[in-house]
Amino acid sequence: MIARHPLVVQRVNKALALIFLITLLIVMLFPFAIVTINAFKTPQEYASNGPLSLPGGFYTQGLKDFWKRVDFTNKLINSTVISVSVAIIGIGLALLNAFALGIGRVRGRVWFLILFLMANTLPQEALAYPLYYFAKYLGLYNTRLSVIIVLSVIQSAFGTYLLTSVFSTFPREIIEAARIDGANKLQLLTRIVAPISRPTLSVLFVFFFIWTWNEFFLPMILLVSTSNQTVPLAIAVLQGQHNMDATTSSASALLGILPCIVFFLLFQRTLTRGITAGSVK
Amino acid sequence: MTAQRSSLDRGYWVFMVPGALALLLVIIIPFLVNVAISFTEWNGITSPTFIGIENYERAAHDKTFWLSFKNNLYIIVSMTVIPTIVGLLLASFLYDYVANKIGKTAANIFRAGYYLPQILPVAIAGVVWRWILQPRWGVLNWLLGLVGIEPQNWLGDADIAIYSVMGIMVWFQIGYPLVIFMAALQRVDPELYEAASVDGANWFQKFVSITIHQIRPEIFVVVLMTLIHSLKIFAQIFVLTRGGPGRATMVPSYFSYQNFFERANIGYGATISTVMTVIIVVLTILFIRVQSRQELQEAL
Repeated sequence: MIARHPLVVQRVNKALALIFLITLLIVMLFPFAIVTINAFKTPQEYASNGPLSLPGGFYTQGLKDFWKRVDFTNKLINSTVISVSVAIIGIGLALLNAFALGIGRVRGRVWFLILFLMANTLPQEALAYPLYYFAKYLGLYNTRLSVIIVLSVIQSAFGTYLLTSVFSTFPREIIEAARIDGANKLQLLTRIVAPISRPTLSVLFVFFFIWTWNEFFLPMILLVSTSNQTVPLAIAVLQGQHNMDATTSSASALLGILPCIVFFLLFQRTLTRGITAGSVK
Repeated sequence: MTAQRSSLDRGYWVFMVPGALALLLVIIIPFLVNVAISFTEWNGITSPTFIGIENYERAAHDKTFWLSFKNNLYIIVSMTVIPTIVGLLLASFLYDYVANKIGKTAANIFRAGYYLPQILPVAIAGVVWRWILQPRWGVLNWLLGLVGIEPQNWLGDADIAIYSVMGIMVWFQIGYPLVIFMAALQRVDPELYEAASVDGANWFQKFVSITIHQIRPEIFVVVLMTLIHSLKIFAQIFVLTRGGPGRATMVPSYFSYQNFFERANIGYGATISTVMTVIIVVLTILFIRVQSRQELQEAL
C-alpha cells in the first residue's frame, strides 16, 4: 500500500504538476527557440537536417545579409529616436495635464479624464485617414516627426489618466507647506511634484518607450519610405514582399525579437511593477 | 474644500493648455473629420460628395462587413475568452499550489516564461508564426511529418486560417491575464482559504467562491481591455493573412484599412471605423464605470 501513502501521493502530484508546467513552458518558448537556432544555420543545413537540429557552426551570414539588406542600423536608429522622443514628450504633456487635473483639481476634471481615456482607447483606424491627409497637407508625411507627434499625444492621453489618479492622492500637506514657503505653481510642479513622483514617471517612460517601439498601424500609414521605417514595420513589410528562404526569414524574425528581449531584461523590474498599474490598485 | 478655495488654487488650467490643444488637433479634430467623411463618397483625390447615411445602409447589406465582425467574434474567443479562463486557472494554480508546494522562484519563472510572448510587437509575433506555419518548409508541417500527418496550408487554407490565427493569439495573449491575476491574488486574504478548507470546501469550490469572487474587479478589467484589443487587431492580420485567403480572416480594422488605402473608398472606410469606434466607446464607458467605483471616486 506504499503507493497510497500521503507523502508519495504528494510527490506524484508535484511531479505531474511540474511536467504539465514545463510542457506548457516549452510550448510557449518554442517559437523563440526555433527562430533563434535556425537563424544561425546555412540554408543547406536547414534543407538537409530540418528545423530542429542544432546549428553545426555559428553561421552569421544570414543575419549579416539581412542586416545589410534592410539597413537594420538605420531601423534601430529610427525606432530609438521615435520611441525616446514619444516617451519624453508624452510624459511632459501628461505631467502638465495631470498637474492641473490631479493637484490643481481643475473644474470639470472628471470629464477631462474621460475624454483623455477615450482618446487613448479610440481605434486608430478612426483617425488614420484624416491624420494621413493632414500630414500630407502640412508636408509632414513620411517624416519621423509626424509619427512622434501623433503617438506622443496618444500616449500622453493614457499618461494623463494614470498620473491624475496618482496625483489625486498626493499628500496635500506637502503642497500646502510649499505654498506657505512661497513656491509658485511652476516651482511646485518642477521642484516638488515631479521629483516626488519620479518612480511613477520612470514606469511610464518604460511603457511609452516599449509601446511606441511595438506600434505598427500608424507608423505604417505615415511612413512610406524604408529609410524612415521602424524595426517592426520594416521586418513585417519585407516579410510580405520578398520570397525569402527559411534561414533568412528566421534571421529577420530574430532581429525583430532581440531588441525586445534586451528591453525585457533591462526593464524587468519596472515592467513587473507597472503591468498591473493601469488596471486596479 | 471648495469653500476654502483661495486665489492660490486657481489658474491651474494654464498647465493643461498644451496637452488639451494637442489632444484637440491630433485626436478630436481628426476623429470628427473621420465621422464627417463617413457621410460622403470620396476617392481621396477629388472633393468628397455628401451622400447622407448611404454608407451605413451599404454596410448593413454588405456581407464582407458582417463577416468581418463575425470573424472578430472568433478573435474575441482567442484573445478574451480563452486567455481569461486559462489565465484564471493558471494564476490560481501557480499562486496557490506551485508557490507553496514547489517554491516561489519556480512560480515566478513559469510566470515570466508564459508572459514572454507579450513583450513582442504583435507584428513580429506574426512574422515568427508565419515562419513556423510556412507550408513548404515551415516547422509545424515538418514536425507533423515526423508523425505522419499531412502538411497543411495553415494560413492559406480558407477553412483553417482563422483557427491558425486564433491559436497564435492565444499563445500571444495568455501572459497578460496571468500576470494581472497573479498580482490580484496577493490581495486575497489567505485566511479565507483556510476557513473554507476547514469547512470542507474542495479546490473547485474555493476557486469559484473565493478566487473568482475576490478578484472580480481585475477579471472585469482584463475582459474589457482584451475586448478592446481584439477589436483593434490589425498588425497580426496584416502580417499573417491580409484578411485572406479570400475574406476568411477579414476583420473590421483591416477592412477599413483596405477601403482607405487600397480601394480608395474613403467614405466607406470611415464608416467602418466609425462603427468600430461606437463599439469601443461603449466598452470604454463600461470600463470607466467599473474603474470609477474603485479608483476614480476615492481619488478625486
